[in-house]
Amino acid sequence: MDFTSLNFVVLIAALMVASVPIMLAAIGELVVERAGVLNLGVEGMMIIGAVCGFIAAVETGSPFLGFLGGAVGGAVLSLIFAVLTQTLLANQVATGLALTLFGLGLSSLLGQNYVGMKPPVTGKVPFGPLADLPVVGPILFGHDWVVYFSILIIAIVWWALKATRLGLILRAVGENHDAAHSLGYNVRRIRLGAIMFGGAMAGMGGAYVSLVRVPQWTDGITAGAGWIALAIVVFASWRPWRVMLGSYLFGGITVLQLNMQAAGSAIPVQYLSMAPYLITILVLVIMSSGKGRAALNAPASLGQNFHATR
Amino acid sequence: MLRLEKRPNPSRFWIYGTPFLAVALTMIAGGIMFALLGKDPVAAIKLIFLDPLFNGDVASYSRPQILVKAAPLVLISIGLSLGFRAGVWNIGAEGQYVMGAIFGAATGLAFYPTESRLVFPLMVLAGAFGGFIWAMIPAILKTRFRTSEILVSLLLVYVAKQILASAALSFLKNPEGAGFPGSRNLAQIPAMANGELIAGTGLHWGGVAAFLAVGAAYVLLQRHILGFQIKLAGQAPRAARFAGVNPDRLVVLCMGLSGALAGLAGLFEVTGPAGQITIDFGVGYGFTAIIVAFLGRLNPLGILFAGLLMALTYIGGELAQFMLGLPAAAIQAFQGMLLFFLLAVDLLSNYRVRLIGWGAR
Amino acid sequence: MTRQTLLALEGISKSYPGVKANENVGFTIGAGEVHALLGENGAGKSTLVKMIYGLVRPDEGQMTLGGAPFAPAAPREARARGVAMVFQHFSLFDALNVAENVALGMDNPPPQRELAAKIRDVSEGYGLPLDPARLVGDLSAGERQRVEIIRCLLQDPKLLIMDEPTSVLTPQEVNILFDTLRKLASEGTSILYISHKLEEIRTLCDGATILRRGKVVGSCNPREKTARELAELMVGTTLTPPERAKIETGEVALEIKGLSVRSLNPFGTSLKDISLSVRKGEVLGIGGVAGNGQDELLLALSGELRSAPAAITVLGQPVGQLGPNDRRRVGLLTGPEERLGHAAAPDMSLLENAFLTGAVRRRLVRNGFIDWLETKIFAEDIIKTFDVRTPGVLTAARALSGGNLQKFVIGREIMQEPAVIIVNQPTWGVDAAAAAFIRQALLDRAAAGAAVVVISQDIDEILEVADRFAALNEGRLSAPVPTKGLTVDRIGLMLGGAHGMHSAEGHDHATA
Repeated sequence: MDFTSLNFVVLIAALMVASVPIMLAAIGELVVERAGVLNLGVEGMMIIGAVCGFIAAVETGSPFLGFLGGAVGGAVLSLIFAVLTQTLLANQVATGLALTLFGLGLSSLLGQNYVGMKPPVTGKVPFGPLADLPVVGPILFGHDWVVYFSILIIAIVWWALKATRLGLILRAVGENHDAAHSLGYNVRRIRLGAIMFGGAMAGMGGAYVSLVRVPQWTDGITAGAGWIALAIVVFASWRPWRVMLGSYLFGGITVLQLNMQAAGSAIPVQYLSMAPYLITILVLVIMSSGKGRAALNAPASLGQNFHATR
Repeated sequence: MLRLEKRPNPSRFWIYGTPFLAVALTMIAGGIMFALLGKDPVAAIKLIFLDPLFNGDVASYSRPQILVKAAPLVLISIGLSLGFRAGVWNIGAEGQYVMGAIFGAATGLAFYPTESRLVFPLMVLAGAFGGFIWAMIPAILKTRFRTSEILVSLLLVYVAKQILASAALSFLKNPEGAGFPGSRNLAQIPAMANGELIAGTGLHWGGVAAFLAVGAAYVLLQRHILGFQIKLAGQAPRAARFAGVNPDRLVVLCMGLSGALAGLAGLFEVTGPAGQITIDFGVGYGFTAIIVAFLGRLNPLGILFAGLLMALTYIGGELAQFMLGLPAAAIQAFQGMLLFFLLAVDLLSNYRVRLIGWGAR
Repeated sequence: MTRQTLLALEGISKSYPGVKANENVGFTIGAGEVHALLGENGAGKSTLVKMIYGLVRPDEGQMTLGGAPFAPAAPREARARGVAMVFQHFSLFDALNVAENVALGMDNPPPQRELAAKIRDVSEGYGLPLDPARLVGDLSAGERQRVEIIRCLLQDPKLLIMDEPTSVLTPQEVNILFDTLRKLASEGTSILYISHKLEEIRTLCDGATILRRGKVVGSCNPREKTARELAELMVGTTLTPPERAKIETGEVALEIKGLSVRSLNPFGTSLKDISLSVRKGEVLGIGGVAGNGQDELLLALSGELRSAPAAITVLGQPVGQLGPNDRRRVGLLTGPEERLGHAAAPDMSLLENAFLTGAVRRRLVRNGFIDWLETKIFAEDIIKTFDVRTPGVLTAARALSGGNLQKFVIGREIMQEPAVIIVNQPTWGVDAAAAAFIRQALLDRAAAGAAVVVISQDIDEILEVADRFAALNEGRLSAPVPTKGLTVDRIGLMLGGAHGMHSAEGHDHATA
């Protein structure tokens, strides 16, 4: 195994790109879970975002409209989840699974005429000479706008949860929906908003997979990224900046494993490809056991349905 | 505006009525989807739900296929339903199914070319064991470290698929296969084949196992204390602990049982209909089984009928693909839709829905 | 003294399917008046105040506030008109701090730092000191109530609604609360005080409206009535206190020695070095303010929390390491506080719920298979003996009224003839007739030779049934004393634990 062939600057720049889809999906899911809702349909919303984004970008020729299309697609799909769980009080776990199964089917239906096409290229943000600086250039100034957008979203969510009234209400709803209701807050409407934000973020993350990471459309393109995003929310103990940390960690593993594959490692390709999933499981185990048990930070109403009686 | 009122007692009528309503609603919505794809909706629905059974041209082929496809679905679904009832969410049955097939096939091929009647039973045991072991990983992580069994079991599906690829490409690869990926064809090795038991019915050992599982699960839930504990733990976890139920034991039991059944399903598939270990051996039975479990209302008999219905949509979907040029993915979306409608109408059994004017409370 | 009318209700009615929660209710509250709304559980008090607070809309009738029509569609509108409410089950958020909790109850809260300063000012001004930065989950029940009250006071309410505020307080804390309320009233704030505790109403309130089954059955000046007269107005019949035959107590049946158990709940109370012994035929009452370890004590006794074997002995046999069913086999039965979800599974039938704890002692399982026929006989027996009103054994537990379900779950344990029975809040939220029935059944069981432990937050209940009294405070149990000749003041001091009179002065309730 020859590690010297890996250029660390390139590696870091690459992991920042690799982590964008799960970072977007995870920060969206974080908001959903902080509102007390467990949406296991992230994978489904991501893949719908991936196909909608791809179609929108190809049809309009604009990558920006592609990402917008991805966000809209994810949000629309999440609306189904919202109606089922918030209005019709369906079980959140089962509905989330249904969302994923439906999303996988629908995406391959929608995308069947787009297999093999090339999407318009999402260009790098022109930082001019800054991008040519050694080390900092490729890491800080060598990316497309979505990379910066994903970090901005983390910051906004962090600030909103911590310092705004909306964030306070959202946390209150996730903590104790009965108390929030008796104070006169509309639990359902707040959760609806959170779910749709989560859907939009997951959809955008999916679009990043099909427009930048791969970039083309194939069935099952997200390959479990949505599930990893769910795991990262647990890893992050429901805190925004830790979502970024977790995503970079995961992005790093992915990039490293791909580099090792490319470098012709002695380990068979299949075992390298397993690594991200196995390491995610390992991280989950570490986070859910021991002293700083992540579960203690979980919103108290997580996964419970709310029905106002009397 | 809709208003929901919780019923004091669940409605008997709707408990049995909701699956039918959901199927009907899915036909309507599916018809709209097919129309949007530019196909004749009535013809498509008829092709999916009726022709496999009644169209003389295809029925002789498609009728037995229903049992072939329903067997793994029912087998996996029965196991999952016990867990779902207890609040144990094993959603990685697809992985356990694959591992069962790999363990079973590896065991059989280790004896190749021995011709013994003992090889197949041994493979069955190995298949169940493979699924069991794969399900024990999330079970033990859950009981030891409180790790979410949902995420772990699901992530292990992706790991299992990599192992499957590795098996097809290296350690189980057919040495006489001219370099093509895939194992020897087990269905053509008499000691390992899981053939049709009664000609023209499509019944193989997997179907027998599925019927046995339905019967056993029915008795377990109706009469056995374990079934009572499973139901209690799912409905009221605190009351379950008060009644002396050990939740960790239940997690291990439900995960282990559903894993073993999924593993069995994989073994019967690889020795019969599929025939060999290939890269694309996993076709999603493990996920469709989740829909079957809910469609059957987590009830063993319900699951049997739901499994047959879902098998019908598979066959009908293939027909529609062939006759109408309907894309293969359409049927997958159709199945997902069915689950949505089922979840949506499920509330009728526990709530009364009243239509009231806007603004009033 | 004549007062200006602040709130007037006229002809208020509200129905839910199958229930008339309120029917043609009317009364008035004057400015600066402390007005009691008196009634049994289920008399319609909560629905009525929710209509005043805008959480529920009346079907019929009018309200006026300060002379103008008043029909709030949401709590926000009620708050804007000067109505504030302190809830019975707190509308607080454990994982948020005091200032955030207060902010959530205000419509236009000032920035956090300003708010924190205000909270300090107001809370100290009314003798209810609070630290705005503390997590609410770490506060005692009394302190949590202060958060609610401060939240209301910061909005300068004209009308303050208090729903059963003293159920979580020690007698000394009650006195402090009453001082605060009197101060508020003297400043012109009206108070609508909801309770079923008669003595409190007689000391605090200027006027009272009595509700029974959703209707007004009387109004009076509570100071001019005796508690007994009020009780009969409220219940509608003459009550007979439970009888107890004088019996000789026998040998020790339940012995607890140095029991320490960690709570499962991060905001719960761990048990610290609890010791007690109860003899056959004896009733021990354990009092305490909510959240002082009652739940944990019940779990430790039921077997849901394990301890060292010798920490708990029943009839001389160590049971601390045993699970619930093994303890049942020995003869130790328990009745938890929460009926729906803990003592009974809400969606399961009474038949299945009878099996839930009866399986072991009633031998309802053979080779792992359930004998449903035997179970049905057992369930029907409970229903008959304990006068449970239900269409049949196949009815879901959640369909029963609180009183009926409580009779069923207590009956289920007593019918198994326990040697030791421990119940937590046996008559909480139960109508008076059912409560009297349940207390009598517990006394009868003691008379039949069982050791009985009643954990309750209702002092009157304990004084009624118990031979000896012990207080639970922050997970520690005081030495038991005979109930005979015990004064309310003495009980209050015991409930306050080592902190005694200081408990309401905002000392740190640091737990070891």
